[in-house]
Amino acid sequence: MNEHDVKFLEDSFKKYYFEHFDQIHVPKKTSEREFGYQKFNSGMIRHISIKDDKELHLLLMKNVPSDVYCSNAYYSFPNLPMNEKEWKEADMIFDIDSKDLHLDCRMSHTVSICGNCKTISEYSNQCKNCGSAKLDKKSLPCKNCIEGSKNEVNKLSEILIDDLGVDKNNISVYFSGNEGFHVYVYDSQFQNLGSRERSELADYILFKGVIPETFGMKKFKPERSLFPDLSEKGWRGRFSKEVFKTKTKRPKVVTELISAGYSQFQKYLETLSNQIGVRIDPNVTIDIHRIFRLPGSLNSKSGLTKLYCKNISRFEPYSEASLLSDEKVEVLAQCPVEFKLKNRKFGPYNNEVISVPTFAAVYMICKNLATVSQNVK
Amino acid sequence: MLALGQDEIAKYPFLADAGQYLKEQGFTLEQFGTDPDLAPLIEKAYNRIHAACEGDPQSYKSDIIENQVSNTAALPREVFSFLLSIVLLKLTGIPTLAKRFALSEAMRAESYLEKDLKNISNGSNELPIRIIEDLFSITIKKHDDFFVMPISDYIKHSVYFHEREWKLINRHVENGQVFLTPHQTVRLVRKELGTYITSKILTGKKPSMIPGFEKFVNNLLSYSKKFSVSVVSTGEYPPCIKHAIEVLEKGENLPHSGRFMLATFLLSKGQSVDQIAPLFKNAPDYNERVTIYQLNHLAGTSGSGTQYSCPSCEKLRTQSLCFAIPECDNIITPLQFGKRTK
Ligand code: SF4
Ligand SMILES: [Zn+2]
Ligand SMILES: [Zn+2]
Repeated sequence: MNEHDVKFLEDSFKKYYFEHFDQIHVPKKTSEREFGYQKFNSGMIRHISIKDDKELHLLLMKNVPSDVYCSNAYYSFPNLPMNEKEWKEADMIFDIDSKDLHLDCRMSHTVSICGNCKTISEYSNQCKNCGSAKLDKKSLPCKNCIEGSKNEVNKLSEILIDDLGVDKNNISVYFSGNEGFHVYVYDSQFQNLGSRERSELADYILFKGVIPETFGMKKFKPERSLFPDLSEKGWRGRFSKEVFKTKTKRPKVVTELISAGYSQFQKYLETLSNQIGVRIDPNVTIDIHRIFRLPGSLNSKSGLTKLYCKNISRFEPYSEASLLSDEKVEVLAQCPVEFKLKNRKFGPYNNEVISVPTFAAVYMICKNLATVSQNVK
Repeated sequence: MLALGQDEIAKYPFLADAGQYLKEQGFTLEQFGTDPDLAPLIEKAYNRIHAACEGDPQSYKSDIIENQVSNTAALPREVFSFLLSIVLLKLTGIPTLAKRFALSEAMRAESYLEKDLKNISNGSNELPIRIIEDLFSITIKKHDDFFVMPISDYIKHSVYFHEREWKLINRHVENGQVFLTPHQTVRLVRKELGTYITSKILTGKKPSMIPGFEKFVNNLLSYSKKFSVSVVSTGEYPPCIKHAIEVLEKGENLPHSGRFMLATFLLSKGQSVDQIAPLFKNAPDYNERVTIYQLNHLAGTSGSGTQYSCPSCEKLRTQSLCFAIPECDNIITPLQFGKRTK
């Protein structure tokens, strides 16, 4: 990214932070957390302690970071190197990202940037200009993808509450600031679990590692009565709703399942895992030493805010989380796909100098689809 | 300490405080070695160990029949033979015998525990429940034909099972609790019950020889040769590292401290995460996703930037991971092994 763009982004981010201190807070048990940040065009700075909101706001003003992070773990000495921190416990975090849903709409709102000649084009697997296959993919806002992610968040919440016994009030959902959601679980019975144990929880949520016996199917002499029922709790209940649909259809489907046989059933369970399992990223859930984007801070992949969602079904990330100013700026844009922010349509732009609001300009620059026009100023 | 009834001590003798029990019964250890009336009890203890180590517990004649002690006189005999077994094993000081004995005793206790669990009533807090809570920190409650426990307690133990039926996804889970049958409940803690009994034998000072016990101790010492494996420690790796690799290769559980030592050692020797990961394949709780994550974490490649260093020999000694040989003289970390410095 060139220095003019960096300067423009830093100015815009700084303005946001200055005007939104009320929305950016240190999390509970601040003194036990590790913080970290990154500046545009530079590496990560980690192992920092922050005392309170004031210190955090000072850091934002002084360093104007591109991204700010905070650990889900609690440590005795968060500012020491990793091996001396003394891990105590960690909140559980689930990451749901639209790109993991592999929806059909995906290609239509993804652009490709050639790693070799930098040519920007609509979604493709090979650069039209130089033929290189090294393409960087950037996805633009899509309502369908967000709805899909919301649906996963709802499925996850249901399992957390009904199966894992998590108190509803201890679950917080955040828009990630780009294309997905982060679900935080505080003060649960799982706080002190290690990675290996968290991996078990992840598999439970993903519907991974299931054996046919769990749903009543046996290798020899399967019994109809062992198959689950629609009224059951947990996965057996969800399985029934998905597979039998209604009580009246159950006998017929059970007959079909039994006659298809055990190994067929096993295969069926695997396909089912893509439908009823929740698409969380297990590598995030097992990580008990990671630092996560701080709620209220900006995401440098988009200039959108990582925002708390009070009501997930009514939440509109591409208007609510776009909190940068409306002030117009001129940029040179090369954005082959149309996108919508704050209910306004932008693009497509074909290498043209345009005047757009700051939030849209930042969005495109963060995605490498525009650059601050040099002849301005 | 749990308060125990008479039957219960016979079934779960490892719960008793040996010294106190003997005192209450009005005996001293020395008496067993010298009093001709008591001598058969040492013999019985010896047989109990022998049967356990042979993997043939049936050949030991227990006085407990049908979950009840057959008669009042039999009860102390049963407890004494256990306590004397422990004393003999302590005097012998061979870990392999202790482990084999403990595993066999754990399996015996397991069958009593399962029957006792089946017989308790809803909401009660009887001995089997308290054993599981005291020894393994699992809070269980009876719920109709099942026992329920918090999910977190369940997974801390279940991750050590290879079989997929132990995965949480294959269990009845509801409202933060896992539902298990008495059989499954007891299976969940079998290994740890063995570990618990082993630790009872191996911890504490080795007592001095008691007159009348020598013969049995000597017999056990020569018997134990049958199980000895000779560890050849030559070549590039120090014995602590070799030992850790062997434990993993056998599919046994290497404690976290041991895994930490092994991984940090190999990383420091320049091996990559991909090269090291397969070593852990046989671990009872192996999980590829987690192993890769943990190795990357230790290597500092996951973002933290901190590479962990291999612990010192001194630290490893306190963790019972050191198996020093003469070549280990004058080194302070396993990384120095084999590098001759003057
Ligand atoms: S002395 Fe050091 S290198 Fe040798 S076995 Fe013990 S810990 Fe390993
Ligand atoms: Zn190109
Ligand atoms: Zn989409």
